[in-house]
Amino acid sequence: MIPAGSLLHAVALHKAYGRTPALDGADFSLHPGEVVAVMGPSGSGKSTLLHCLAGIIAPDSGTVRYGDRELTAMSDAERSALRRADFGFVFQFGQLVPELTALENVALPLRLNGTRRRDAERQAREWLERLEVDTVADRRPGEVSGGQGQRVAVARALAGRPRVVFADEPTGALDSLNGERVMSLLTDAARDTRAAVVLVTHEARVAAYSDREVVVRDGIAREGVAAV
Amino acid sequence: MSIGHTLLGLLESGPRHGYDLKRAFDEHFGHDRPLHYGQVYSTMSRLLKNGLVEVDAVEAGAGPERKRYAITDAGVTDVAQWLARAEKPEPYLQSTLYTKVVLALMTRRDAAELLDTQRTEHLRLMRGLTERKRTGDLADQLICDHALFHLEADLRWLELTAARLDKLAEAVRA
Ligand SMILES: Nc1ncnc2c1ncn2[C@@H]1O[C@H](COP(=O)(O)OP(=O)(O)O)[C@@H](O)[C@H]1O
Ligand SMILES: [Mg+2]
Repeated sequence: MIPAGSLLHAVALHKAYGRTPALDGADFSLHPGEVVAVMGPSGSGKSTLLHCLAGIIAPDSGTVRYGDRELTAMSDAERSALRRADFGFVFQFGQLVPELTALENVALPLRLNGTRRRDAERQAREWLERLEVDTVADRRPGEVSGGQGQRVAVARALAGRPRVVFADEPTGALDSLNGERVMSLLTDAARDTRAAVVLVTHEARVAAYSDREVVVRDGIAREGVAAV
Repeated sequence: MSIGHTLLGLLESGPRHGYDLKRAFDEHFGHDRPLHYGQVYSTMSRLLKNGLVEVDAVEAGAGPERKRYAITDAGVTDVAQWLARAEKPEPYLQSTLYTKVVLALMTRRDAAELLDTQRTEHLRLMRGLTERKRTGDLADQLICDHALFHLEADLRWLELTAARLDKLAEAVRA
């Protein structure tokens, strides 16, 4: 059963790495446009859950549905096509292509989706402006600060107009002020473009940018309990 | 912190005399502030009146310390409701949360769930403050940030406690 209107819906996900269980029957659902924080201690299975939801890894068992399609039944090629078309990603670091400039990095997902170079670069520049990093457009990732790099990464994740942005500890390597700024730019932009966000974080101040939270403990995901 | 609920919780594992209750309270929760006998007896008479405890034995001799108290079904329900209810986030919350966690473990209730409930309550407040920051001026932002860092500190303690529940359970049940 898929809850009415849910965009992404996972049931009973199990995943083990060798003999280490990472997910042990995790459920999850995401509605269009909502920002959900996935919280929990280190090693509880948050990243594994995100990777399964995004079709980056296949669970050992359980299903992930995206709209009316079943990710867990697709071929690798179909899944990567879906990721390119509908998903955006922000990780803690290391996601930008080091050989490309900030502008080229942001334009890349658009190019991969068939947008022509000039259009892709024009849109990329608009995103860099919006994320307040147009000044570093011509620099490579190794030549910008951590905070600037994350803003470029957010611009890249959103440039392809994804329906879901997957963010895994996007502020994990930033100081408070930069972390806050990245979070408010990310969530504002996601809300404006009606993208839903799966936000993995162990920090409460970051989770406070979400609409609701899911807590993962020992590979089991639970909805935040309604407070009395 | 609610002394009434704490004493009730201590009674859940079995009937105790007044002096025994005071001793148990001081041992677990009274590190810096031991309970006065007067507090114990005024609290117990209130609990008696409300039907949350009953006197199950009286030793020979006079004086309230001779009474042995037992928790009633209504008392057990009262403890359960108190443990399940999120605390309103405010300064000096730690001692109440600590007491709740320890009592939940002692009475073999789900302490992790208690922490989840509290996390949700804290996050609810933190979302409101974060929203105010988005729309407010710099002064709003600074005021909200101060509150946010305090709430975050509570939550960090809470997560650390959640990670140590097994150890704490061993310690309090020893
Ligand atoms: N590629 C991997 N190989 C082996 N074990 C892994 C791998 N990725 C994660 N794990 C293990 O799976 C568990 C869950 O990890 P993860 O999903 O990364 O948790 P989190 O993101 O909450 O810190 C941990 O015990 C971790 O050590
Ligand atoms: Mg992780």
